Amino acid sequence: MRVMAQMAMVMNLDKCIGCHTCSVTCKQAWTNRSGVEYVWFNNVETRPGQGYPRTYQDQERWKGGWALNRRGNLSLKAGGRVKKLLSIFSNPLMPSIQDYYEPWTYDYETLTNAPAQEHTPVARPKSLISGKDMKVQWSANWDDNLAGSPALTVEDPILKTLGDKVKLEFEQTFMFYLPRICEHCLNPSCAASCPSGAIYKREEDGIVLVDQDRCKGWRMCVTGCPYKKIYFNHRTGKAEKCTFCYPRVEVGIPTVCAETCVGRLRYIGIVLYDADRVLEAASVEDEHELYMAQRSLLLDPDDPEVQREAELAGIPRDWITAAQKSPVWALINRFEIALPLHPEYRTMPMVWYIPPLSPVVDRLTETGHDGEDAKSLFGAIDALRIPISYLAELFTAGDPKPVRDVLARLAAMRSFMRDINLGREPDVSIPDSVGMTPEDIEDMHRLLAIAKYEDRYVIPTAHVEGADPQELAHKLEETAAECSLDYDGGPGMGGSGPFGESSGGASPLAVENFHMLKQRQTSDTFVDPADKRRRVNLLNWDGKGAGKDLFPPREGEHRGAPDIAQGAAGTDSPGVVEPRP
Amino acid sequence: MTGTELLLWVIVPYLCLAVFAGGHVWRYRYDKFGWTTRSSQLYERRLLRIASPLFHFGILAALGGHVMGLLIPKSWTEAAGVPEVAYHAVSLTFGTIAGVGTVVGMALLIYRRRTVGPVFSATTRNDKMMYVFLAVTIVLGLVTTVLTNLTGHPHDYRETVSPYFRSVFYLQPQGELMAEAPLGFQLHVMSAWLLLAIWPFTRLVHVFSAPVGYLTRPYIPYRSRDDVAGSRKVKPGWEPVATSSRRP
Repeated sequence: MRVMAQMAMVMNLDKCIGCHTCSVTCKQAWTNRSGVEYVWFNNVETRPGQGYPRTYQDQERWKGGWALNRRGNLSLKAGGRVKKLLSIFSNPLMPSIQDYYEPWTYDYETLTNAPAQEHTPVARPKSLISGKDMKVQWSANWDDNLAGSPALTVEDPILKTLGDKVKLEFEQTFMFYLPRICEHCLNPSCAASCPSGAIYKREEDGIVLVDQDRCKGWRMCVTGCPYKKIYFNHRTGKAEKCTFCYPRVEVGIPTVCAETCVGRLRYIGIVLYDADRVLEAASVEDEHELYMAQRSLLLDPDDPEVQREAELAGIPRDWITAAQKSPVWALINRFEIALPLHPEYRTMPMVWYIPPLSPVVDRLTETGHDGEDAKSLFGAIDALRIPISYLAELFTAGDPKPVRDVLARLAAMRSFMRDINLGREPDVSIPDSVGMTPEDIEDMHRLLAIAKYEDRYVIPTAHVEGADPQELAHKLEETAAECSLDYDGGPGMGGSGPFGESSGGASPLAVENFHMLKQRQTSDTFVDPADKRRRVNLLNWDGKGAGKDLFPPREGEHRGAPDIAQGAAGTDSPGVVEPRP
Repeated sequence: MTGTELLLWVIVPYLCLAVFAGGHVWRYRYDKFGWTTRSSQLYERRLLRIASPLFHFGILAALGGHVMGLLIPKSWTEAAGVPEVAYHAVSLTFGTIAGVGTVVGMALLIYRRRTVGPVFSATTRNDKMMYVFLAVTIVLGLVTTVLTNLTGHPHDYRETVSPYFRSVFYLQPQGELMAEAPLGFQLHVMSAWLLLAIWPFTRLVHVFSAPVGYLTRPYIPYRSRDDVAGSRKVKPGWEPVATSSRRP
């Protein structure tokens, strides 16, 4: 037994309202740069739908992940090492920008610059790839809420496996959202596909990262990942991926996507697993067994034997405690309601999902039944065979039984807790019928429905030699700020290095602050679109004094009047805003 | 050896080689992040699918040919019983095939780079300069190989260019050997030296990261988190204020 710790996530799909807040905040934090305009480390797709990039789940076409070869050994579906090296000059299995979408912006300047004319000027879409006018035809969530259905929806690879008959029926009965980030797999096929060895799994927390200095842009990881969660930065020529917000997680705060989730549907915690058995579990022959094989890798943190082995493996005591309190472990193994996404890819993904019951409930209430009555719910779960097979294709390689069991547990919780909330005598036969105790149900309810912040996120801090968490948090501030300032022509962008885009190092925040401050104090215009550097920057505005033109002029004042702060220092002008003791 | 010969075939080559070696060391230390192929496959893949393998496999074959022709002395092949005529026929045939593949592939790649909008806008001045040097060297090489053979008396470069090339590495340069070679060879060799000089400062550095280690390494690399405060390395010159005892 070789115990390792893994940072993992569970998403409760019942609560996802498809608002894309996670995607937007993630993008603002991490991919708000040129070269990754088309990249969404976190995206939310409507199911049924094509997904992002289009039809990424069709592994017969994209060849992502692992497969068993003729001898029953686990091998990369896109081909072994030699084949990879031979196709290195042009990777035939890499999606093109059109499979994601061509990113664009709008020609906003015409709105302000256009001469007086009869018709309102329009801002035309411009491609961020070629800079030319373009017709917007696709995006990361083009088929949101079944838009374009059924013409677009029929291309859903999962629906295709279900057969023609069910397609229409499915769309009429069922729709849900699937937020996706990198799965931080136990057996990552992206890392296995990387010729340079730049993608690695961190020993401490299992987060899968790309070493930007080692990546040489061979693009094999894009093919290797069956979830298509590795992206090629077309400006730097390097692969980029979701980092599980490691600078945040290291200091004990949740990822940006989880923190900003409106529905509070994400859970983060660590699980302990047996690294020696990963290959064995991923090589199970029957695809339906993969879900259980993956679960069997996770070790019970309350088992003294596991604790001993974990300590021998150098896992700190507080991490073991965190594993015991981990909501992820509870949802996967105690309540048995979290399922992995596409276990048949054999990568042992570590972002798990609680399949949605709400569409079933909605369907029931629409037809005039009681959506929270145990009997009608159980009946509906059995009757709605098509949605269940669809969910099974997503979460259990097509085996409907685990999905039905999970939905039954969610239904049981719903009706059991309703009786309690209404002050009625709870029906103990309900927990019984799904193999749970009333206490289990109540605990599950606390975790799912009440979902306190400290219950959803149990994140032990990283152990770093010679640094306390406060110091780390301070560092984090630098990292995050550095990132969002790195836009093209922005203060964080040093411009092109001598050897192509983005060569050389990034300048530290302190230097940027200095430059911005200097520019703010010496500039004589408010906004000069030709040079973003000269804008008043609210990010580093210290709250003291009002930058020139930051506020509209007061009465009797005109633009270009002395800076208020300067006035305060000199004469006793009426513009003093700072409170005085 | 005249002064011109000394300059052209001794001083310039050693300067170029020094820049080549030193440049790579410097680039590796200063700019690992910029060390990449800068693939444009995301923008366009139909032309690339044909052109890129054609060019790369062609130039790898040409490289193999150069290793054979330049590094293996004539006396060795003759000792092995390979007559000059046979050697020459083989080298001409394979050289021409590899050369034509390389040139056609390169022409397609340059055509693609110029005509496909996104690829062109991702092309830096540095790239354009590199293409000039690379294309001139390759075309001169192919033209020399083909032309000298079409004009009756093929020049036996293994009497001139090859020993000269080896002599550069023995540190006993024999520039006068190059002076005997036809103009085509001289131009090809000179452009190659210059290409080597700009090499470390262009995207050509990706040649030296050919991932042969992939064949033997384990599939999943594990790495420990860097044991410094924070997850980013401190940039040179930006170490935090600390006394030597407090420094981690």
